[in-house]
Amino acid sequence: MIGVELSKLFRRPRTWTTIAVLNALPVLVAVLVRLTDLAPRPGEGPPFLSAVLTNGALYPLAALAIVLPLFLPIAVAVVAGDSVAGEAQAGTLRYLLARPAGRTRLLVAKLVSVVAFVLVTVLVVAAVGYLTGTTVFDVQPAAGTSVSGTSLTQEELVGRTLLAIGYVTVSMLGVAAFGLFFSTLTDSPLAAALGALAVLVASSLLFTLDAASPIAPYLPTRYWLAFVDLFRDPVLWRDLTRGLALQGVYVGVLLAAAWANFTTKDVTS
Amino acid sequence: MTPVISTRGLVKRYGRIRAVDGIDLDVRAGDVYGFLGANGSGKTTTVRMLLGLVLPTAGEVALLGERMPRAARRVLPRVGALIEGPAHHGHLSGRANLALLDAAGPGGSRRTRTRRVQEVLEQVGLGGVDRRPVRAYSLGMRQRLGLAGALLRRPELLVLDEPTNGLDPQGISEVRELLLDLHRGGTTVFLSSHLLAEVEQLCTRVGVLDRGHLVLQEELATLTAPTGATVVHTPAADRVRAVLDGRVLAVEGSRVVVRGADPAEVNALLVGAGVPVTGLALQRPTLEEVVLAAAGSSPDRVEGAR
Ligand SMILES: Nc1ncnc2c1ncn2[C@@H]1O[C@H](COP(=O)(O)OP(=O)(O)O)[C@@H](O)[C@H]1O
Ligand SMILES: [Mg+2]
Repeated sequence: MIGVELSKLFRRPRTWTTIAVLNALPVLVAVLVRLTDLAPRPGEGPPFLSAVLTNGALYPLAALAIVLPLFLPIAVAVVAGDSVAGEAQAGTLRYLLARPAGRTRLLVAKLVSVVAFVLVTVLVVAAVGYLTGTTVFDVQPAAGTSVSGTSLTQEELVGRTLLAIGYVTVSMLGVAAFGLFFSTLTDSPLAAALGALAVLVASSLLFTLDAASPIAPYLPTRYWLAFVDLFRDPVLWRDLTRGLALQGVYVGVLLAAAWANFTTKDVTS
Repeated sequence: MTPVISTRGLVKRYGRIRAVDGIDLDVRAGDVYGFLGANGSGKTTTVRMLLGLVLPTAGEVALLGERMPRAARRVLPRVGALIEGPAHHGHLSGRANLALLDAAGPGGSRRTRTRRVQEVLEQVGLGGVDRRPVRAYSLGMRQRLGLAGALLRRPELLVLDEPTNGLDPQGISEVRELLLDLHRGGTTVFLSSHLLAEVEQLCTRVGVLDRGHLVLQEELATLTAPTGATVVHTPAADRVRAVLDGRVLAVEGSRVVVRGADPAEVNALLVGAGVPVTGLALQRPTLEEVVLAAAGSSPDRVEGAR
């Protein structure tokens, strides 16, 4: 069943188009920065973008930081929102359940395929970022600079980059959980994706609002950019662990709600 | 013998609408059961409850002797279904769609998959279909592909909701032959339809649904059994009354209905008296007459409040 869902997702041209579009933006940014030599000053613009001029090997991180606020969550919301509601809209959900695929098994398979999409997407963005960075910019093997100004060794840089990829993946699992939950509520994949995005937009907006500061620590997007803290010297773990815990709670609660709804609902699509 | 489909007091309410209102279905092994009802009478809702897609508001469903939806995982692999039209992934070929459906549930060996897919495609007349995506199929081809999906695991029971929708007359007659063929091979068929003729040509048992109520459930042969009267066609209808005094039940033009279940006897009397007889048959009610007598007006009608 999981194999079926994975092959459905990755045999679909749309999946790869999404990933390709997602990668176009960081590549474009790299080319523009290179041509104009106008990198944002440190502390402005997307994180890491100021550092790539001296070390292109940092570009995977800049690429992730570029797609993280909008492009990546949109892609994840669309795929997760489509997971169940897309089958409902196409009418194939009733045939899957009459096969019988089993509602819990189907939901788990959908979840796994969405997680696989998140992972593949983040990895591809990082890989394309690395290729772009190393061809467009200079690479200085030993000069991995931390955000704090000290130098990181090559091993440290690789290890922390992998951790950052993992952290971004977990952040996106929160988006995926919202998408999957809404996907079990409606028969319209568009409505499900927009629902998940509405949550994220609201969360980003509230985060900038002083009046919302009491709930700020619980906003799903609150700790998204904390992966930057992995590149401080020493690593600043406080926000990272809070981010992981918060995403864990969101994912757990939303998946439980999705399961409770999907296993008891009338399939009339 | 346990019934193949049996429901008791099955009710489904959508808000204030009672889509299905307390029906007791009884489908036996070897039946070709025609589930007749006008549009909106609750056929699809019933089929969805049988398959565990919609959960009943009240009542019970037993499929192949086991309670649904609890036993879905054991029972449904032995059931093939077509529910409210076919549905496929448009960007994949028909073969790929069937293979994915087969892989999505229990009881479909991967080793034999390609062969089984080809077999059912041939059965429904799509054996030579190419790699075109389903998006490019005609309505009739999609209906056939849906039927192929229902046949994939050689089910003991076929539950088909309006299986001939979208098919042309040749297609309808091919599907009829296919279903009769499967029935001869031992498959029980439960088929919903709003087409009287389809049910009359195909089914051995009939259930009639009217606004969520099962108003009739009987063998087709019993419903259309001779009424004990004989229909005579004659150009001299007025003279029949004189010969068969008191036995004439109705006269409509050249058609005379006469009491008596032996056409030969009626014929002998009329011919003996010199009345020309051009046609002679036992009177049987048509399914249409039976259904109209049992069910009320069409539920599609929305009468204004007066
Ligand atoms: N999901 C639903 N929500 C509300 N009402 C519904 C729903 N599905 C069907 N109905 C109503 O239930 C009745 C029976 O519908 P249906 O089972 O589709 O009939 P049929 O298949 O015989 O045409 C209709 O009045 C229809 O409007
Ligand atoms: Mg219907």
